[in-house]
Amino acid sequence: MPVIEARALTKTYGDVHAVDGIDFDVASGESFGLLGPNGAGKSTTMRMIGGTSLRTSGTLLVNGLDPETHGPEVRANLGVVPQTDNLDTELRARDNLIMYGRYFGLPYSYLRPKADELLAFAQLTEKAGEKVDNLSGGMKRRLTIARALVNEPTVLLLDEPTTGLDPQARHILWDRLFRLKEAGVTLIVTTHFMDEAEQLCDRLIVMDHGKIVAEGSPADLIRRFSTREVLELRFGSERNAELVDDLRHYADSLEPLPDRLLLYTEDGEAALARVRADGHTPMTTLVRRSSLEDVFLRLTGRSLID
Amino acid sequence: MTAPARTLDVRRSRSGGLPGWFAANSSGNTATVIERGFKVIRNQNWIIIVSGFFEPVFYLLSMGLGLGALVGTVAGPGGAPISYAAFIAPALLATSAMNGAIYDSTWNVFFKLRFAKLYEGMLATSLGPFDVAAGEIFMALFRGFLYALGFMGVITAMGLVTSWWALAMVPVALLIALGFASLGMAITSYFSTFQQMDWINIALLPMFMFSSTLFPITVFPQAVQWFIMALPLWHGVELMRQLSVGHFEASTWVHLGYFLVMSVLGVAFTTRRLRSLFLR
Ligand SMILES: Nc1ncnc2c1ncn2[C@@H]1O[C@H](COP(=O)(O)OP(=O)(O)O)[C@@H](O)[C@H]1O
Ligand SMILES: [Mg+2]
Repeated sequence: MPVIEARALTKTYGDVHAVDGIDFDVASGESFGLLGPNGAGKSTTMRMIGGTSLRTSGTLLVNGLDPETHGPEVRANLGVVPQTDNLDTELRARDNLIMYGRYFGLPYSYLRPKADELLAFAQLTEKAGEKVDNLSGGMKRRLTIARALVNEPTVLLLDEPTTGLDPQARHILWDRLFRLKEAGVTLIVTTHFMDEAEQLCDRLIVMDHGKIVAEGSPADLIRRFSTREVLELRFGSERNAELVDDLRHYADSLEPLPDRLLLYTEDGEAALARVRADGHTPMTTLVRRSSLEDVFLRLTGRSLID
Repeated sequence: MTAPARTLDVRRSRSGGLPGWFAANSSGNTATVIERGFKVIRNQNWIIIVSGFFEPVFYLLSMGLGLGALVGTVAGPGGAPISYAAFIAPALLATSAMNGAIYDSTWNVFFKLRFAKLYEGMLATSLGPFDVAAGEIFMALFRGFLYALGFMGVITAMGLVTSWWALAMVPVALLIALGFASLGMAITSYFSTFQQMDWINIALLPMFMFSSTLFPITVFPQAVQWFIMALPLWHGVELMRQLSVGHFEASTWVHLGYFLVMSVLGVAFTTRRLRSLFLR
């Protein structure tokens, strides 16, 4: 039985189609990603899974139960990390973990050692008695993740877990999430960072305007929707647009961005040699492997981050 | 450092056996919301707590003693003359029960819902909307109970109560608070901006001014009197006033009944609006 089973899942706010009839399954132990730009409907989907947002139509089962009719029971096995931290600012760091556990009906005898263990896991042991407002952004994020683990969830929902964190904090967090995955926790991650999706997700859906535009593993998506390599050329912001038609035939396809041209090709160096041989003189060049960012760009004609 | 060990053998999803509506809206863990409330009160700055108690006391001192010196005695329940301070003291208790309950169930709920996101955190656990609403209303009533007790002490010390019936003013203050809190929470579910929240204050202030709190409503034309008598605060004020001197008449039951009905309707209304308030 899949952990999550969504069919024609739909949520409208007035005339905004936040989630527009999506279907997906998540298997137990899988790391599943929702990748898409701001406003794609990722957070709304997450809230519907937790039963804190009521769907407009469609069906949704989490561990075989409908979160709308069995919210408390569904959430007993869920860990939720929302997009914006909602720690209890009237309680101190450790009390945040303990009180949150109390909401699950867990006893203090279990929660006291658990809170200490989770503080260590989140590298916050020294901050146990600190007021939440005095913690840095990264610490709050880690505390929020620790809090989501207090009931030992089998499914962890992470809504943009590393947005706003510096690179070092992001890597610490990815490491922690990886350990949870190894421990068998099903991870559901939303992100608009392609590197995060590539790092964390076994399989993902690419969302845009509330719809699924592609589904597969990161490698699979890149293979299907992009070429092996990308040649990035910069001619200066005025000239980039003028050269689009001249350069198109050097690659399988070309995507113009305001600051650079992306040429999709199996062999970036070879394409670059041909471009140069014909007398074009880019200011800077870069050959790199395709990423999920390119998948999104080629599927929608837009960047993930605007 | 490895992933946190799994030590939780027995999953406590107490909602498992609950039927229908409760399975969707409650885990049976309502008491933990109250537990948090008490923990926060313990940690809180005591000045914040006692400030709510002083407000009606200051009114009583300035209006009751100050204005009272000009007014002298007025006709109390049943027509017996009482001091002006003794006239307004029960009204102030009813008003502060109303204000505290409304503040907690509207502004406070609105803020915790939209800005502090406290309820968002709670509702990500096995708590349901019913648990959060019931726990918060309980905490509002508990604060109301503390203030009512304190105010009772003050007016008793000032010699403004003349009957043992005045002790009943404390539970009646809670009933008034329940009526307003349950209605307030339901109304908050329709609001999404601070401007809309302001309407609540715009409605409350005139109700305080005209509900025979500071002077009898007999000064108004009959039609205006009927209007005031339809509003809840007037019933609360009259009921408290009768209790303070231990004078009862048929209207006592009307006042009491008004709040019993208001509380039942308010709780039913809030229950219906729970999902619109907390789940969106
Ligand atoms: N509570 C809400 N009320 C009205 N519109 C909303 C609400 N939440 C989300 N939306 C709208 O739904 C769309 C999807 O939002 P969201 O799920 O937050 O996207 P994402 O998380 O992918 O950025 C957006 O257009 C957003 O403005
Ligand atoms: Mg989002």
